[in-house]
Order: sequence, then structure tokens, then C-alpha cells
Amino acid sequence: MPHVAIQAKGLEKWFGEGAAKTTALRDVELEAYFGEMLYIVGPSGSGKTTLLSVLSGVLKPNSGSVRVEDVDIWSLEADRLADFRLKKIGFVFQDFHLFPRLTTAENAAIPLILRKKDWDECIREAINYLDIVGLKDRADLPPVKLSGGEQQRVAIARAMVSQPDILIMDEPTASLDGDTGNAILSFVYKNVLNSNRCIVVVTHDNRIFEFASRILHMEDGRLTTAEKGKA
Amino acid sequence: MKGILKLGFKLLVNDKAKFSALILGITFAVYLMMFVTSMFFGVLNHASANIINVGSTIWVMDPYVESVSNSVGMPNYVLDAVRSMHGVKYAVPLYSGGALVKLPDGNYQPVTVVGLDDTSLLGRPALLEGKIEDIYAESGFIVVRDAEFSKLENPHIGSEFELNDNRAVIVGIAQVATSGLYGIPTLYTTYERAIQYIPNPRFTISYVLVEPKSMDDIPQIKQQVEALGYQARTKEEFMKRTEGFFIYKTGGGINILIMTAVSFIIGLSISGQTFYTFILENLERFGALKAIGIKSRDLIGMILFQATFTAMTGYGMGVGACVLLIWLAKLRLPSYAAMLTYASLVIGFVMVAIIAAISSYFGIRKVLQIDPFSIFRG
Repeated sequence: MPHVAIQAKGLEKWFGEGAAKTTALRDVELEAYFGEMLYIVGPSGSGKTTLLSVLSGVLKPNSGSVRVEDVDIWSLEADRLADFRLKKIGFVFQDFHLFPRLTTAENAAIPLILRKKDWDECIREAINYLDIVGLKDRADLPPVKLSGGEQQRVAIARAMVSQPDILIMDEPTASLDGDTGNAILSFVYKNVLNSNRCIVVVTHDNRIFEFASRILHMEDGRLTTAEKGKA
Repeated sequence: MKGILKLGFKLLVNDKAKFSALILGITFAVYLMMFVTSMFFGVLNHASANIINVGSTIWVMDPYVESVSNSVGMPNYVLDAVRSMHGVKYAVPLYSGGALVKLPDGNYQPVTVVGLDDTSLLGRPALLEGKIEDIYAESGFIVVRDAEFSKLENPHIGSEFELNDNRAVIVGIAQVATSGLYGIPTLYTTYERAIQYIPNPRFTISYVLVEPKSMDDIPQIKQQVEALGYQARTKEEFMKRTEGFFIYKTGGGINILIMTAVSFIIGLSISGQTFYTFILENLERFGALKAIGIKSRDLIGMILFQATFTAMTGYGMGVGACVLLIWLAKLRLPSYAAMLTYASLVIGFVMVAIIAAISSYFGIRKVLQIDPFSIFRG
């Protein structure tokens, strides 16, 4: 029986009020487990990014609860929630959001720096992770000198450097060509996923579905169907 | 926190174009602020030169005197009355006026003539050459060696020239603490010779210099002088009044205020706008940091550090540029009035602190407003 990493119950989220009210999540319930790569898929505007934000402690739901490793994250006050994210959750953003004025190693080291560890130690650790993603030789370059795929790998190294239990990937292949996207997800599946880690991926790129453990389909703010992945 | 500050430092200085613009903006603003205030404090200092150089404890004068260089003659009975007042140890007259010197080459040069009390020579300058008693010699004058010295064709002991058609002989060369404001040479002689050589109105005493028996006697001396219809001011009060005259009645003060305000606005607009642009350009990445888990106080600390570092670097460079320019100017013009004071430094520092506070306030407000969820939305 796999351990539950994330448990969401009765999630509701809407934006605006009155006539302008838009409901993004409607009574969403889900469980994500350690050792799995859970995909949330659906058309644009179906609410998948909102769900990802709520699950990762970035966007507060209007109702419902999210438990990450048995901690009710939305009951934490702002600083403790930020600290929780920093220690437990790694993020890979759609547009990478790397600092162009920092080196690749410094970018990858950011979560450790935010945890107020010694600077040199952070950089050493970041270079280890850049080695894992195959970019050790680019450690001193700024991200603008890297290709899109390489930048995504730096973003993965940044997400991994603090060894989070949960990895959140938002449209990880949206800015990449098909082959590169496939290679990135293959890399994550083979090198990042393990029995102590849960990876949640939001995507509408069906070319990478082969790496999913489970796929949850979303439409109009609801989880409609669940299917077992090929991986 | 050290690592987060280092991160902020690298984000700031690695953006070389913006960092240079920020530093240049603040440096220029600080330079302008420091320079105009230094000029002003220098002018104020030079304006009080006679008060500083003569150094009397109390100065008795006509109530309408607003600066040391614009004396109003007082009748001789004022001197006698002051001498008889309670608490007065001694009192002597001082003459201060202008004259025209005809140089050996035929040119004319305006000078300031200070006439010292014949008996005591109170307020005499320190001599570099000659003996003070030679001031009593026929037509004896002492010349001050300051920046204006050369305007009298670098005279030496024994040099002669005409002063208002009278023969004048240099018997000593002196130095004083501060040279005058108006860029003309200063001559010292006795009071009697001064009023003899220089055409005067009916009353010839410019000031009565008073030494009280003790400092406690000053209030009652002031009261007695006031009862006589005149005014007694301590050295500090007289300097303050002279400074007040230049600040409020010559337009100098308001000009300095305007220049300082303009410098402040220039600094604020350049650095504020550049810093805000820097924040805007990195806004999404700051949002990513928030999503990753940076605490608000760490983010605020980082932005405050960036603003403070920029402001202090600009401040240091601005002060350095100002010092360098004053130094260079003084190499060419030794009497150049600019004077860097603690007041100028404090004014500049406060202005820069305000610029940093305003710039970082808008940056912090923007960064705190950004919702990390917007990062996910792309």
C-alpha cells in the first residue's frame, strides 16, 4: 500500500464576485502517492494550474483542505507555509524563471540559499545536481547562454537541490520542442522519481503521457476520469 | 541572511547597465547637494572672517548692523559708556572699512582696512614677518598673506604704496584664520591711523570690542548696552546674525534650498525610476522566489539591502567627487569659498537615505503585491 503524499478534500476555488465570478475548482478530491508520477491533464481553462497551485500551497482555496505528508498546509500561517514549501516542495515552472544575471550554479542553488545555508556549500551542492542533470560544465554560464532544454534541466536541478519530497511540474514541456520535452521527462522519470518522492505534473502534451503512473483528467474545474498510466 | 544578501548583491551588480545608471544618478545628485551646501557653508564661514580673526568675546554695535562687513558708525561716547559698565573688564574701539590702494604700477586695488585700538592692539593677527610694535611706525601697515595677497603685487616689508593719497609702508606680514568673502586684500593698522587715512562720516567707531570680567557678566553687559540704545552680541551671536543675513536677506539661502531640492529630485527620479525598473524586470522571478518559499521579511531585507548598498556607494562616490573638485579648485583659487562641513555630509546622507527609502518602498510594495500564483499562469 503506497503512502499518501498529498490528500485534497472538497477543494473549491473561485475568482471574482457576482457576475464576474469564475469557478476554477469544484469539489475536487484527490490523493497522490509517493513513488508515483501523477499527471493532471485537460484543456486550457479546465483548472489544472489552479489545482496545482492549491496543492502546492501557493494559492489558497475558498474551501476544502490539502494535507501534504499529513500536514494541513492551509492551516499554517504565511511564514510557516513558505518554510514548508521551501523544505518539502520543489517547483519546475513553465517558463523556468531563472535569473539571467546569475550563473547556472547560483540559479540552481537558490532554494538552499533561501534556507540560509553557507553560500559556498550551496554552490557545491548545486553543482552536484547540475552534474546529475548533465550540466556541470555549464555551471559558470548565465542561463541565457543555454538552450531551452538545458534551461529546463537547470530548473529541475533547482527544484531538486533541496531534496524535496514533492516535485511540482507546471507544463514542463510547453517551452520545449517534442524531442527535448520527451528527453526531459524521461530524465525525470529515470533519475528523479523514487519511492520517497511524489511528482505531480500538469500538462496537455500527450507526447509525454508515457511517463505517467496515473493520469487525472480535468474539465470545467472537476476531476472527471482517472486512468492508469503506462509507466 | 548573509546568503540572501549576497544573492541580492549579485542580482543588483550583475545588471551592469542598471547598476551603473543607479550609481551615476545617486553620485550626481549627492555631488550636486554636497557642492551647493559646501559652497554655501564656505561663503558663510568667509562672511564671518573678521569676527573669527579679531576674536573678541563681545561686540557692541548699532542695532541695525546685520553683518560684520556692513558696520554703522557709533559716536565716541558709546566707548566711554561701555567702559564704565558693570562687568566690563576692558573695551576698545575697532575700525573696519574699505579703501583704495594705488599700486606702484599705477593700478588701483580695493582693500579692507582694520583699525586696531592704539593702546591694546586687541584683535591683532599673528605675524609671519616683522614685529607688531612696528605698526606704530610712521605710515605702518600690516598686510595679511592670504589668497588675495598677490593682488597687492606680493609686497614685502618695506614695500610702499598709496592709500587714499597717503603713503603706506608695509611693516609686517600676517596670517589669519579665515580670509574674507569679497576677494580683496586685508590691511591692519592702528585705529587712529585708519580714521586719519580713510574719509569717514561723523562717527568713526565701527565696533566696540568688550572683554567681560567673567562669562556670567555677559547678560548684564548686554542689558546695559541695550539701555544705551545699542546692541552687544557675543562672537557666536554675531556670526549667527551675519550668517542669517546671507541666508535670508541675500537670496543665497533660498537659492541653495532650490538647488538642493533640484539635486534631490534629480537623484530621486533617476535612481527611483531605475530601481523600480530593475524590480519590474525581475518581478516574475521574485514571484518565483515567493513560490519557492522565500519569506516576505527576507525579500524585504534583500530589496532594502540593494537600495542601501546603491545609495551608500553613490553617496561615497558623490562625496569623493565633491572633495576632489573642491581640492582641484583650491589648487587654482586658494580662497575658493567651498567648505565641506559635517552639516553638508549630514544633509547629503539624509537626502540619500530618503531617496533609498522611497525607491525601495515602491519596489517592496510591488514585490509584496505579486501573487506567486501568477507565475504558474505564465
